[in-house]
Amino acid sequence: MTTVMQIRDLHLRFPLGRSLMDHVKGRPGRVVQALNGVSLDLIQGETLGVVGESGCGKSTLARCIVRLYPPSEGSILFEGQDVFAGDARADRSYNRRVQMMFQDPYSSLNPRMTTGQILAEALSVHQMRPEPEIPARVSELLELVRLPQDAQHRLPHEFSGGQRQRIAIARALAVEPEVLIADELVSALDVSVQAQVVNLLLDLQRDLGLTILFVAHDLRLVRHVSNRVAVIYLGRIVEIGDSETLFSAPAHPYSQALLSAAPSLNPDNRGNATRLEGELPSPLNMPSGCPFHVRCPHASDICKSTIPALTPFEGCGEVACHHVEEINAHA
Amino acid sequence: MQDQSPILEVDRLNTTFHRNGRPLPALRDVSFSVARGEVLGLVGESGSGKSVTLRSIIGLARRYGEVTGQILWQGRDLLPMPDRALRQVQGREIAMIFQEPMTSLNPLLTVGLQLEETLQSHTDLPRAARRDRAVEMLDLVGIPSAAQRLKDYPHQFSGGMRQRVMIAIALAANPKLLLADEPTTALDVTIQAQILDLILRLADEMDMGVVLVTHDLGVVAQTCDNVAVMYAGRIVEQGPVRDVLREPRHPYTVGLMRSVPENLPPRTPLYSVPGTPPGLDALPPGCAFAPRCAACIQPCQQDRPGLSLIADGRQVACFNPVTKAEGNAA
Ligand SMILES: Nc1ncnc2c1ncn2[C@@H]1O[C@H](COP(=O)(O)OP(=O)(O)OP(=O)(O)O)[C@@H](O)[C@H]1O
Ligand SMILES: Nc1ncnc2c1ncn2[C@@H]1O[C@H](COP(=O)(O)OP(=O)(O)OP(=O)(O)O)[C@@H](O)[C@H]1O
Ligand code: SF4
Ligand code: SF4
Ligand SMILES: [Mg+2]
Ligand SMILES: [Mg+2]
Repeated sequence: MTTVMQIRDLHLRFPLGRSLMDHVKGRPGRVVQALNGVSLDLIQGETLGVVGESGCGKSTLARCIVRLYPPSEGSILFEGQDVFAGDARADRSYNRRVQMMFQDPYSSLNPRMTTGQILAEALSVHQMRPEPEIPARVSELLELVRLPQDAQHRLPHEFSGGQRQRIAIARALAVEPEVLIADELVSALDVSVQAQVVNLLLDLQRDLGLTILFVAHDLRLVRHVSNRVAVIYLGRIVEIGDSETLFSAPAHPYSQALLSAAPSLNPDNRGNATRLEGELPSPLNMPSGCPFHVRCPHASDICKSTIPALTPFEGCGEVACHHVEEINAHA
Repeated sequence: MQDQSPILEVDRLNTTFHRNGRPLPALRDVSFSVARGEVLGLVGESGSGKSVTLRSIIGLARRYGEVTGQILWQGRDLLPMPDRALRQVQGREIAMIFQEPMTSLNPLLTVGLQLEETLQSHTDLPRAARRDRAVEMLDLVGIPSAAQRLKDYPHQFSGGMRQRVMIAIALAANPKLLLADEPTTALDVTIQAQILDLILRLADEMDMGVVLVTHDLGVVAQTCDNVAVMYAGRIVEQGPVRDVLREPRHPYTVGLMRSVPENLPPRTPLYSVPGTPPGLDALPPGCAFAPRCAACIQPCQQDRPGLSLIADGRQVACFNPVTKAEGNAA
């Protein structure tokens, strides 16, 4: 087991600037605390699923990994090298070896370039192939993501959402990355195409030893593709562990609530899912103590004052909850 | 509860684009209706025409394509309507949530201003009430610290939050019909549940009709009354949600349902309908699904199956529909 990437105590704060009211009242500007101490290891060849509420910091984490956002605190080591350190920053090969696929493919594809041009550009910028071999490689890539060859000559707006997503995948794969950061990669695809892309990722992983960070909201899919899963809540990992174990017996109260909200395929189960009650948490005003305490049915005094640390819990991975033992004893 | 009279009746909708002088038939003979308070699900292959259907209804497709047929909105045909009259209907009566929120929000305007603009042009609310309504809407769609975030720009929100802002804008003017294109794909299941509850509540209490495009069959199961399955620009199967999901009859629908990763050993290959959908410029003469269909029989390659009634409220376009026993075996 080789660790390709070590993320340590990552924090990211976005300043939003001061509003008029802030000036009047002499308050400091508002800050979004998007990441609040995320630590995790990515192991060579694994798929690590990342799930959590919308706005909890998944894309921010992904963007830090590909160096789009420098963290406010903490570090990311790739093969032992701090990727934000001076000389590592200059290392362009990192940009090729660690590829990100974005949540919103339309805004990341140049609307004036044809698919063929987009792919050819990626190939030549990173000098993946000598110039004369590029057209053949472009055809190969289209085949890989199952787009028809005539797609080469078309502009992004001439494709459906799902087709555009596949162009983005082809572009990321063009540079033969080692780590793939897939942010909601297949969310825009119908289940049949989703299945194709997932099979493609599983194949690439088997053949090329690709390491994948798989961010997605579709819990069935995350369960299916991941070796391990991390559950994030308000910029913190609250549970991490083996995918099957976590999905069959989530230990953290938030993981439990999240998994129970997955919509059932049976129309007769309508309205049976438990709904999370309580005030929505905001990264603008972080709650004290356990970030989940305002909505947690098991919250006690200690939860309001002390942040629970991520600690190993018997039979599961690691869980950040003061009462994990009592809660799971009754289960 | 829904009453039976349709507010929207789409009849033989045909939308054609052109590329290099060649016609691209994106929609062919699409017909369906939506009753007050009804939630109709629209599912189907990526590229099958779900978004084009919604864009045709709201009058966007006619700007870059040719749209024919009838779109009866409360009895009036929207197709021949001039742009100005159509704009009156849009937004105020019919609202749309677009598939890619980042491209339909203005990146240069704050979220509050965009909500405010919608309210100004589509409601009669005075200024102060508009701000309250804006906060209320953001709150309803689950944006934390809503009042504090009115002054933020779209890029300062997460993907799912932008999607919720879009939903807030669409619902702000109490539309009678909501066209929602993948409204919850960027949302986690807890927020998704909350948004779908909100849409269902509005459908129920305000008699709002909803056309919901989604590829999440779980969402279809949990929210829709009826569902239409599209393939290559046509509706191939249609009916009450319970019946279609329990007993899909069209081979494509069966394939779709088999692709859902459920009760499978982890990290094993998923079922996926073999082959790729035909290009719009190379549609087969007979059934468009024939090249990928295991049930393909004699007439399928030459003749096109029409959508026909097979049971109460259920329609299928197939010469050799799957029976229940086969469906389970597949
Ligand atoms: N402006 C356009 N010009 C040419 N072809 C177009 C245009 N817009 C859409 N199309 C084509 O029309 C077909 C239907 O597209 P549509 O966007 O409706 O698919 P969809 O069912 O919404 O797919 P998805 O699930 O991937 O969003 C596709 O083949 C697409 O390439
Ligand atoms: N550029 C930015 N400026 C200010 N705030 C930001 C910026 N980008 C993200 N945020 C904030 O950081 C928080 C985390 O956002 P992020 O995009 O990481 O969420 P996410 O988990 O990916 O959510 P989703 O599932 O909705 O995509 C949100 O509160 C968001 O508003
Ligand atoms: S620490 Fe307390 S509030 Fe947080 S999840 Fe555990 S029981 Fe709930
Ligand atoms: S009409 Fe024929 S080819 Fe088309 S779906 Fe039915 S059986 Fe298959
Ligand atoms: Mg995101
Ligand atoms: Mg679409």
